[in-house]
Amino acid sequence: MLDANQTSSTADLDAVMTRQTQTGLATFIGQQAFWVFLAAALAALTLGLVTDSFATPQNLFNVTRNFAFVAIVALGMTVVIISGGIDLSVGSVLCLSAMILAIQMNAGQSFWVASAMALAAALLVGLINGILIAVVGMPSFVVTLGMLSVARSLAMVLSDNKMIFQFGPDETLLFWVGGGSTFGLPHPVVALTLLALLTGFLLNWTRWGVHVFAIGANERAATMTGIRVPLTKISVFMFSSLMAGVAGVLMAGWLGGVTTNLGQSLELTVIAAAVIGGANLMGGAGTVFGAVVGAALIEIIRNSLILLGVSTFWQGAFVGTFIVLAVAFDRIRAYRNS
Amino acid sequence: MPIDGTAGFGLTTELGANNRGVGWMSVLRLTGVSKNFGAIQALKNVSLTIEPGQVIGLMGDNGAGKSTLVKIIAGNFRPSHGQMQIGDHEVSFHGPLDARKNGIEIVYQDLALCDNLTAAVNVFLGRELTRQIGPLRIVDYAAMNRQAAALFKELKSETRPRDLVRSMSGGQRQAVAIARTRLSNARLVLMDEPTAAISVRQVAEVLNLIRMLQDQGVAVVLISHRMPDVFSVADRVVVLRRGSVVADKPISQTSPEEVTGLITGAIEHA
Repeated sequence: MLDANQTSSTADLDAVMTRQTQTGLATFIGQQAFWVFLAAALAALTLGLVTDSFATPQNLFNVTRNFAFVAIVALGMTVVIISGGIDLSVGSVLCLSAMILAIQMNAGQSFWVASAMALAAALLVGLINGILIAVVGMPSFVVTLGMLSVARSLAMVLSDNKMIFQFGPDETLLFWVGGGSTFGLPHPVVALTLLALLTGFLLNWTRWGVHVFAIGANERAATMTGIRVPLTKISVFMFSSLMAGVAGVLMAGWLGGVTTNLGQSLELTVIAAAVIGGANLMGGAGTVFGAVVGAALIEIIRNSLILLGVSTFWQGAFVGTFIVLAVAFDRIRAYRNS
Repeated sequence: MPIDGTAGFGLTTELGANNRGVGWMSVLRLTGVSKNFGAIQALKNVSLTIEPGQVIGLMGDNGAGKSTLVKIIAGNFRPSHGQMQIGDHEVSFHGPLDARKNGIEIVYQDLALCDNLTAAVNVFLGRELTRQIGPLRIVDYAAMNRQAAALFKELKSETRPRDLVRSMSGGQRQAVAIARTRLSNARLVLMDEPTAAISVRQVAEVLNLIRMLQDQGVAVVLISHRMPDVFSVADRVVVLRRGSVVADKPISQTSPEEVTGLITGAIEHA
């Protein structure tokens, strides 16, 4: 064996090097996200054939808009999960930034200044999360669980727990940004598309993205190879909070009013979307495509149950089953491969 | 060899030239190094000279001081007494990064690899190559694959740069970890029990990798419990017992029996 190795000619080695065990297409088909995409497409197709109400332009418009909010937040969550963490505070951050936007606009502030303040608040929450996790070394579950409580409480304090539905001089602009559409595409869907492209670029084509995947797989190795792990982790939590903040601004415009229970228990739906899309809670795996497809599947299930006349009480059972099924499929595949 | 002249990437030929330029100068020389942890003396007056391209088998029982010595060389610990010299100037390392800057790399037993990344990305982890596209700096996977392929070829290892480390054999994983040390142009590579947890076939692969490093003029300190491995690749064997060097001799002038005796204390000194 020893000699065989030593004498293996350069040509042989070259041949080996250029080969790859899995091509891009095979990898894509092997991904959980692909199968979830198939499931979602199949469900949509079936619904289109079985019901008259699914494939109408209005319903499709609603479905895509509804899932866009969850998907935007799921982009940030996916990045956090890839890095090996979890962010339970996203629902509360969404509420807090929507509330800051609403209060500022209600007081006569312009949309741009108010939304900048809302997003800055979201980034600040992410910074605090990140420092407590990456520098102080606390588990992300605990830190963001605490923040879930703190951020919503702050939204209540700021608004005195009142609903805000008057947004001052820029009200029409806000409603257009969150509730309007361009070329038939609801604006939240446009925002989702742009943010998904941005996230995909960051994850796959920047050193930051490589480092996020490395930290999620082997944090010690990342540290030893000189990656600035704490800085990267802080930026990951800031990114997640920012996505929640953006969704908050859009939601305020769509709903035309902000209450303190906005985004309540959203974090669970978002984590479900990320996990259904193939993000691994152990860290190191996840895709933008998966996050979007996972969110879409959840919304299609929800929508189909309504259209088929099934009681909404069943939604949780269906979504929950899908979470477990998607991960079970992934486990079975991994088991067969090993 | 089709390698890009990107900054930070050392060509084999350059390295060979460097070593020749240094001549007979040692890669690292320890003189009278001791280390105390409180009342416990982990290392006593250890002197050791490591020459370019030399493979040293560092042996000793558990607690003999092997890992303390390695940690001193790698910059994790500072010696309580004694000197370390590189070439003809004295060095003191304030951390692993210092040791790295001075051309000393460790291949850890668990190899510090990320399973979810490709071999090439693992080799370049923390110093990824990028290229500028307009205002954006993007990761240059093509260049990393190309250069990693050249490194694997240099190590004569059948490791595919585009494959995920998850799907690799123990020998290939070692090749990835060793290619990392080639990237930084290390002159001394410390290997901590590289053959402890892999199959017989892969042991042969790893020993080959060590020979390849040696051919490039890199000195290797091989910490191992496995007598056959040390006797098949090492030029010299250094035996530690209770913190002292009890033997430091060419492999040709000793035998596994003698080394075993030295490790256990059946033979006092050699």
